[in-house]
Amino acid sequence: MYFDSLSAALHMDGHGVFVWSAYLISMSVVAFMLAAPRVRERKLIKNLAAQQRRLAGQSDTLKPVIPE
Amino acid sequence: MWTFFHKLGSPPWLYAISGSILRWLLPLTLLALVAGLVWGLLFTAPDFRQGNSYRIIYIHVPAAVVALAGYYVMATAGAVSLIWKMKMADVAMRACAPIGAALTFIALVTGAIWGKPTWGTWWVWDARITSMLILLFLYLGVVALYEAYDNKAAASKACAVLSLVGMVNIPIIYKSVDWWYSLHQPASIKFTGESTIDPSMLYPLLLMIGAFYALFTCSLLMNMRAEILSREARTGWVQKLVSGSAD
Repeated sequence: MYFDSLSAALHMDGHGVFVWSAYLISMSVVAFMLAAPRVRERKLIKNLAAQQRRLAGQSDTLKPVIPE
Repeated sequence: MWTFFHKLGSPPWLYAISGSILRWLLPLTLLALVAGLVWGLLFTAPDFRQGNSYRIIYIHVPAAVVALAGYYVMATAGAVSLIWKMKMADVAMRACAPIGAALTFIALVTGAIWGKPTWGTWWVWDARITSMLILLFLYLGVVALYEAYDNKAAASKACAVLSLVGMVNIPIIYKSVDWWYSLHQPASIKFTGESTIDPSMLYPLLLMIGAFYALFTCSLLMNMRAEILSREARTGWVQKLVSGSAD
């Protein structure tokens, strides 16, 4: 490692606040880029599955009840 | 070759193949990102003139490079959807826009943060930075334009035209540091001729550029999968997929 200690790596001779904030902001955007489509896909599948269950339930109730 | 193009236009095939690509590409991308970040942040020597602030290069340059490359992908997909009316090209074009916007945003924000200790200012209206800001607006414009139309066929056409017209901005961005007097430094990595960057800084930078290309691909495929599902929600294969996932 180039730095002698953790505090030196955090401080980076006064540039730490710039470097670390740039990295933090970028990595949050990257995390969002990967998470957002995954969340959207999961939500879609969940909604469609709920819709299927609803339709299946409806078709059960629509079945003619034949008295014995 | 033609069967490949034919398959590329098939939503279920694209959904399945993208799933199997993501299974190995996504972990590989995360690994490359973490490795490149740690290498650039902690294991390289500081620049002799800029000190440690130059470490921002390991995200700034990859984000900017891939933001530009992503525009080619978006405009090409737009052209294909406009000319051959290929639905999946339209899906790809739409999926590119938010990713490109996110990458351009990263490039601009890290550039501003890097500018403060290096140039003494967060922002200057010079050619490179202004043309990158226009790139951000073009990406956001495609996102917004698509949402603005109720008729999605018309929306696709308008977005494709906008992304093609926006292509004029790309060579301007590339050449801005040569054409105008600018605070922004010219490119240090050259395909022809000697690069003006030390190998110890070049290798982690190349790793990060590769990682950002992989990130773009992953995010593109994931966005396309969500878009395909939403468009094909009523089809038999999606219904089967959904009932299969519920079991």
